[in-house]
Amino acid sequence: MRGIDISIPVGETVALLGPNGAGKSTTIDMMLGLTRPDEGAVSLFGLSPKDAVAGGLVGAMLQTGELIRDLSVRELLAMTASLYPEPMDIEEVLSMSGLNKEAGQRTQKLSGGQSQRVRFAIALVGDPDLLVLDEPTVALDVEGRREFWTAMRGYADRGKTILFATHYLEEADANADRAILMAHGRIVADGPTTEIKAQVGTKTIRATLADVDPGELGALPGVAGAERHGGSVTLRCSDSDAAIVALLARHPQARDIEITGAGLEDAFLELTGDPDEDEDAK
Amino acid sequence: MSGVLYTRFELIRAFRNRRFFFFSLGFPLVLYFVIAAPQRNVSNLGGTGISAPLYYMVGLASFGTMFAMIGSGGRIAAERQAGWTRQLRITPLPVRSYFRAKMLTAYMMAITSLVLLYGAGVSLGVSLSAGAWLEMTGLIIIALLPFGALAVLLGHLMTVESVGPVAGGTVSLLAIVSGTWFPVSGFLHDIGQWLPSYWLVQAGRITLGGQAWGVQGWAVVATWTLVLSAGAAYAYRRDSGRV
Repeated sequence: MRGIDISIPVGETVALLGPNGAGKSTTIDMMLGLTRPDEGAVSLFGLSPKDAVAGGLVGAMLQTGELIRDLSVRELLAMTASLYPEPMDIEEVLSMSGLNKEAGQRTQKLSGGQSQRVRFAIALVGDPDLLVLDEPTVALDVEGRREFWTAMRGYADRGKTILFATHYLEEADANADRAILMAHGRIVADGPTTEIKAQVGTKTIRATLADVDPGELGALPGVAGAERHGGSVTLRCSDSDAAIVALLARHPQARDIEITGAGLEDAFLELTGDPDEDEDAK
Repeated sequence: MSGVLYTRFELIRAFRNRRFFFFSLGFPLVLYFVIAAPQRNVSNLGGTGISAPLYYMVGLASFGTMFAMIGSGGRIAAERQAGWTRQLRITPLPVRSYFRAKMLTAYMMAITSLVLLYGAGVSLGVSLSAGAWLEMTGLIIIALLPFGALAVLLGHLMTVESVGPVAGGTVSLLAIVSGTWFPVSGFLHDIGQWLPSYWLVQAGRITLGGQAWGVQGWAVVATWTLVLSAGAAYAYRRDSGRV
């Protein structure tokens, strides 16, 4: 981690975006006072992380963590709620996090997705002003993800500040006001999600196309760069719609066409330069 | 007082754990009947001046209560490994309340084990004055303090896989040296008298009149409590990271 400087206004929903190993969890641990920065300071609502946590201002869902056993979901939430000065109503938390049916079940009997929802409920139950979620949807299926983000936005609508870490650009785009991109322990971009998307949201067209000069392909409308690997070409596109039209108009013999969203990893590598050099510096 | 409900739920959890009931409560009870019932008419066991049913009642109580206390170390290790301890650190629960809840839970288990063995002892003819029962119980509770600290120390030092064998081995060794299974003399006694578990067993001497412990007993228990508490505090502070 080096030279991270983030400030988040109250009420904003911010995505901390980056590939695995970018430093997202470390940043979150520092915010929560679980790790101390070597240099610099963290302040939440003008308080140290320790005081903000002690005052019940923060709720968090950590990336790793299992539930303790031998309690029902409702009991576990009641236990957590009792630690906070002004907790939410348990029944309200249960319905917000979609746990009405599981409320009476023992925690050791829950599925991965159900446990994940309980961990979300644990983060919420203290009615914190700042909610921190570290990769909150990893164990969830598609339906579970959709429900999760609906619940999170519901909480944001109560005027709460939310910071969540993810390595999916789509999640950040759909659920955050602002995205902070991290790679190799540094912030590489910070702004509204629409801006970030334009910056890294490139798409890639792959096609089997022999005997065409990559330089010529690179000049097509909507194409930012082109490479050739044997018989196939890869086009990095700023506007894949324009690019595919132009490509097929010029080279109708192109086959096996695939259009994919650019991996964040690729985008980050471009934004941050040589990763090996960064690894050494850690 | 913060953490009252938290403590209540910790107790609920502990008593819902069936394995605890079988091993921590049932095991010493069965052993007691196996060992003490055949010797129920021995009134002066190995020259201690204490009857066999009383001696083994306190002996097995020391075994059961040590296990109950140190067992909470296993629970701490498991919560650490599961990431629950980190989750608790980001709630307003003060560290003091966390340990108080853990200690109260451990003591509740130990006292349950104690009461069951008292019942078993009475069924084999142990008969004490109310004052003697209370004083003996008080001494046992005090002698368990170092084991509470040891539980926290082990819980923060060990992994879930290692804490079981370490706790089991420690209690078994302590039990032999401290006279749980038979009154110790000679070499074992020389070692035993410097251990808190020895004085746990010696709480049964209350029936002989006078003081059960004497200065050495109090000093040994106090010293181990201080040393192990310092170790536990150190282990806890060192251990805030991801596991």
